[in-house]
Amino acid sequence: MNSKFSKVQLLGFYEVMYRTRRFEEEVFEFYKKGMMPGLAHLYLGEEAIAAGVCAALDETDYIGSSHRGHGHLVARGARLDRMMAEILGKKDGYCKGKGGSMHILAMDKGILGANGIVGGGIPIATGAAYAAKYKGTKQVAVSFFGDAASNEGTFHESVNMAAAWQLPVIYVIENNLYGISVDIRDVTNTENLADRAKAYGIPGTVVDGMDVVAVFEAASKAVKRARDGKGPTIIECKSYRWQGHHVGDPGEYRSRRNKDEKEQWMKRCPVKNYRARLLSESDAVDESDVVGIENAVEEEIKYAVRFAVDSPYPDAKDAFTDVFV
Amino acid sequence: MAREILYRDAICEALDEEMERDKNVLLLGEDVAYIGGNFKTSVGLYDKYGDLRVKDTPISEAGFLGMAVGMALTGLRPVVELMFSDFLLVAGDQAFNQMAKIRYMSGGQATVPMVVRTPIGAGRSSAAQHSQSMQAISAHFPGAKVVLPSTAQEAKGLLKTAIRDDNPVIFLEHKMEYSNKFTIDDDVAPIPFGKANVAREGGDVSIAATSSQVMKSLKAAEKLQSEGISCEVIDLRTLVPLDRETIIESVKKTGRLLIVDEAHEFCGIGAELGMNVMKDVFYFLDAPIGRIATPNVPLPFSPALEFPIIPSEEKIVAEVRSLLGK
Repeated sequence: MNSKFSKVQLLGFYEVMYRTRRFEEEVFEFYKKGMMPGLAHLYLGEEAIAAGVCAALDETDYIGSSHRGHGHLVARGARLDRMMAEILGKKDGYCKGKGGSMHILAMDKGILGANGIVGGGIPIATGAAYAAKYKGTKQVAVSFFGDAASNEGTFHESVNMAAAWQLPVIYVIENNLYGISVDIRDVTNTENLADRAKAYGIPGTVVDGMDVVAVFEAASKAVKRARDGKGPTIIECKSYRWQGHHVGDPGEYRSRRNKDEKEQWMKRCPVKNYRARLLSESDAVDESDVVGIENAVEEEIKYAVRFAVDSPYPDAKDAFTDVFV
Repeated sequence: MAREILYRDAICEALDEEMERDKNVLLLGEDVAYIGGNFKTSVGLYDKYGDLRVKDTPISEAGFLGMAVGMALTGLRPVVELMFSDFLLVAGDQAFNQMAKIRYMSGGQATVPMVVRTPIGAGRSSAAQHSQSMQAISAHFPGAKVVLPSTAQEAKGLLKTAIRDDNPVIFLEHKMEYSNKFTIDDDVAPIPFGKANVAREGGDVSIAATSSQVMKSLKAAEKLQSEGISCEVIDLRTLVPLDRETIIESVKKTGRLLIVDEAHEFCGIGAELGMNVMKDVFYFLDAPIGRIATPNVPLPFSPALEFPIIPSEEKIVAEVRSLLGK
């Protein structure tokens, strides 16, 4: 750990994961207090994936997100206050309250949108990669989606085209084992979803999605390959979600195969375990560094919550704006 | 100066001129490159602009339409060709949930400047999955403009506008017109959206028509003129945005309205336009509003079944007479 990464990098991983964790916990609070219209799909448990992948990107790269998208946005540096406001349906939200949790888009951060349709964002990220290749900008695009989306036609269509045309795109499968209640192992006869890469003639890698460093290293390799014009990579991150499909879904269906499944995964918490590893393995980092980050994030979260709560709801007449340019 | 041109070549000219004008314009779709399009609407463009800009895609309609959405979000102006408008349903999520809604869902942060060109219409014995007219369903979902060119001049001028528009545009060409010859100006300027064209002035009946039905209505009007019936033919050009005013002003003058569109009748264009203008024209009407559409059966294969159910010059003539009580 010491030799490979600078202190800034090591703390950076932690900061992004911790910020994501705390953000999602507060979103869950909104739901429990009845403050949130609709629902949200929490990223709790999967923080290492977005943190690891986004650390491998440049400012100008693009990401396409999914319905479980808060973590991707936080890791990309999107504003927590405007995200929170959007989740509450407020006027100062990223989308002025028109998108909500599932549709946050932040063009200033290259975030082409979370997406309410499973697999819906995969061709869009692929098109951003085509545009980068067309314009010769050396940008790359990352498409984040779950295990279940890899059974959508858009996944196969997109990967096929990206492979055929060597597009600079990285497909990140966040395999949390479930599509709502359906176990991926019950509907797919492929142990590793990344093996599907073989069918399209591109590299596919399986990594431990609970290990931010492993994710970062796999993503860095894929990003380099994409930037060098060698085409796409599939990275499958083995992971787990702490909650059910969305807030309010206890996710109890997950005990049918192994009653201790959730507890076993939670022991592998990407945030807590990384913190412990950082303090034990890194000579450069001490507890005050970590606590400093935690305190600063706490302030950010407090501010974001206040901003969101204080933001007014949009005017009813705003429903009619932004349909066309 | 005017010259003669095939409808399909007018489309190709519009693509060529826009690609020459703006390097961010590119074309992708099935068979658009090497053979120049299934209906020959992009002949020569692959040789002129190269493989990256005129792209043959795999048969992955949702995939490549969605890719175009990503291109449009990141600074390009893609033109997607769907070989038949029926295939909009294959790419339906990308067209209607993604392309048409991203701007709105993003609170106006994103723009999606892209065109989906695709042919509509029956008359080629192509049966129920290659003959539909998708304008009603396209216009039903908010967020995309819907354009229906009639002549080659309209096709060229409206396509230029579509490509320059910062919004997604569904551009519905009529497949029975591709090989028809029209007179066209030497230089065709972009034709603004939302402005219907009064293709023929008249005083007894207003006929509001789309696409090929404009030409059929003009022929019908010519025939009716010899019977002493004067028809005003309005080429709607775009359904989204809709030029209500031109229809309303015409009906106030004539007192009668016939709507002619080839999409299915139920929940179709006639139903929408009739109700859309009803409040403004009701007290001016001398007869109930009429409509001609394709009845609600799938398009059949045999010409013996197909032609009798789609709109025709004869049906327009008969319906106009009926509106006049003749």
